[in-house]
Amino acid sequence: MTSVTYHDVQFLEPAKTRNYLNVDYGALSWLLTKDHKRIGILYMVSISAMFILGGFFAMMMRLELLTPEGDLLTSDTYNKFFTLHGIIMIFFFLIPSIPAVLGNFILPIQLGAKDLAFPRINLLSWYLYMIGAFTGLLVVIIGGVDTGWTFYTPFSTQYSNTHVIGTTFGAFIVGFSSILTGLNFIVTIHRMRAPGLTWYRLPLFVWAMYATSLVQLLATPILAITLVMLMIERFIHVGIFDPALGGDPLLFQHMFWFYSHPAVYIMILPAMGVASEVVAAFTRKKIFGYTFVAYSSLAIAFLGFLVWAHHMFVAGISVYSAMIFSFLSYFVAVPSAIKVFNWTATLYKGSVSWQTPMLYILGFIGLFTMGGVTGLFLAALGLDVHVTDTYFVVAHFHYIMVGGAVMGYFAGLHYWWPKITGRMYPEWWARLGALLVFVGFNLTFFPQFILGYLGMPRRYHAYAPEFQVLNVMSTAGASILAVGYMLPLVYLLWSLRFGRKAGTNPWGAVGLEWTTSSPPPKDNFHETPVVTWEAYDYPAMLKAMGETQNV
Amino acid sequence: MSDVTVHADEHVHHPFLQHQFEDLGQQHEASTLGMWVFLATEILFFGGVLMAYWIYRTIYPEAWALAGEQQNTLAGGINTLVLITSSLTMALAVRTAQLGSRQATLVLLFATMLFGATFLGIKAYEYNAHWHEGLFPGSHFTWHENPELAPKVQLFMVFYWGMTGLHALHMVIGVGLLVWIISRAWRSHFGPEYYSPVEVMGLYWHFVDIVWIFLFPFLYLIPHFGVQHG
Repeated sequence: MTSVTYHDVQFLEPAKTRNYLNVDYGALSWLLTKDHKRIGILYMVSISAMFILGGFFAMMMRLELLTPEGDLLTSDTYNKFFTLHGIIMIFFFLIPSIPAVLGNFILPIQLGAKDLAFPRINLLSWYLYMIGAFTGLLVVIIGGVDTGWTFYTPFSTQYSNTHVIGTTFGAFIVGFSSILTGLNFIVTIHRMRAPGLTWYRLPLFVWAMYATSLVQLLATPILAITLVMLMIERFIHVGIFDPALGGDPLLFQHMFWFYSHPAVYIMILPAMGVASEVVAAFTRKKIFGYTFVAYSSLAIAFLGFLVWAHHMFVAGISVYSAMIFSFLSYFVAVPSAIKVFNWTATLYKGSVSWQTPMLYILGFIGLFTMGGVTGLFLAALGLDVHVTDTYFVVAHFHYIMVGGAVMGYFAGLHYWWPKITGRMYPEWWARLGALLVFVGFNLTFFPQFILGYLGMPRRYHAYAPEFQVLNVMSTAGASILAVGYMLPLVYLLWSLRFGRKAGTNPWGAVGLEWTTSSPPPKDNFHETPVVTWEAYDYPAMLKAMGETQNV
Repeated sequence: MSDVTVHADEHVHHPFLQHQFEDLGQQHEASTLGMWVFLATEILFFGGVLMAYWIYRTIYPEAWALAGEQQNTLAGGINTLVLITSSLTMALAVRTAQLGSRQATLVLLFATMLFGATFLGIKAYEYNAHWHEGLFPGSHFTWHENPELAPKVQLFMVFYWGMTGLHALHMVIGVGLLVWIISRAWRSHFGPEYYSPVEVMGLYWHFVDIVWIFLFPFLYLIPHFGVQHG
């Protein structure tokens, strides 16, 4: 068996063989595919549709909030819109985004494997996702739901007249899709690594996906059983969570947040993984403190399970437990900060190039830091009481979820687009898109910090007139953001036909995915790779290239 | 084990070696790890509802004691024995499949399936009795002894039906999987180098058994422990 290293493959022409896209044709070859790459594409198409739908609801809310009066949407419609925005964006877009699209496509290739360990289960997870998504769409069509994405009881079980059972059923089903993806990744990472690919040679994206998968596996079933209990309570009117019938609404909140706080890490950990890949590739350096970055992912996954009740400081939990949860919440900042410092240290004296993935990741680092630091504000008991249920909270979690997770998704999408499609996206337009997203995002959400601190509550369609200036700024920003998000839709589709051919390794990056042709063959590699190098060994690669070119 | 030492580049494939794996050993390790990981998810799934059960037991000990007395401990006890025995036959089936003894594997798997069906039959008998006693939660629920405790007794019965129902659902899936495994054993698919499906089936079956080992004392035996009532 010959070993293939990036030194050899670097300068080879892509083999003139069939790739995963043209190996067979027809709708059934996609709908029944067991190829992780095609399933990744299926996910990409589905979650993009959900992203557009969720974005539509967000835009309608921002338009309503242009004026202090509730003039565009009735309060009932507004309630449904923010609920659907939250449910669609969290359960149907953010949770599957990086894991199910980029993870599905890239992870097995980064491991040097032919596929995930369980290809059929992988396809099953997409079908479960689609069943959940169609249930969600059905709910939208027949009249929506107005509980907020948190489904708080007893409103959701006894008082709401909207389609709670349909929505929770959709979320329940999508949860199993998420669990199966996590299960597949964990087994694949343990059992399918190429010869020589030890744990400490793994790309940090793999470590991040491993930590994410652990959270998906251990948190999602709690949401599932909680939603089952919610559905039972609503269906037969018994008092599992309804205080009027002897139930405990706090128990619902505990169980809901036991999933939904770690769910934030399902969204952000993969983005951190992308950040490590991109920062190394576009500074041409080894990631500073590899083991710290790797273990901080696991630390975040672990600590993420211990902080859920910081969502409940004003819900009537005891002062002592609130203090402990506040204290533990501060701890999550430590591994997060370790990552940010290590990325920054990697930038130092690196030869930074300003390609689109790097622009997104630089934005990600800044915005995630803002989101993280304001998260510390909220972990503080006194300040949290002041700003609970205000726009400060809204701004904070959008900095994490949009400024963090979505930026990371777009970075990864651009970084691996040449590998996925074999074509380059147009760099100029992509940079413009990244700039618009960054500017639009900050204009949308920074004013919301101020609004929240001044006391504007979330989830109302009308507000006091003195808040109008900042709200107009926010809506203006949202319009820019919308343009920034629509641009990639256009130029990425354009690039499928007109983009420059990418070649095996357009970024000159290291990692097994850059040693196989673009798009990769059906089995990923023409022969099983043998790994003899450390992760992110850019110094060695630069040295090798220097020798070849006699510089 | 002679078949397994075939070199990868000779392209002699075992009929059940899936394309993404290098050899049967890797495939076996992946299958068993996959099931263990799945069971971790399942533990959290049942764990959530057990925790909720435990919290309400702490809040409403009296109602829990009364409701616990409605359970048929004899039926539950027999079911416990049936299920533990089925775990024994399942474990032995894994061993005989590994040894390549088709006859014994078939008998043991069939016995496991029979015990599973017996469990479900006894469970159905209990469900039927509870239904006629008016102990199914919802509009038909009837409890006259002490009306002030009725909603709490009903809450116990929600957990009873919910948890045993989830468990029974797992049993039904298990029996279904056994039918499939038996049909494969019938076609002589298993032998010393390939028996992963039987072992993975066994892991699942033991897990469902262990869940019952928790449910039986929680729902039948201890609801009235440590509670005084008149």
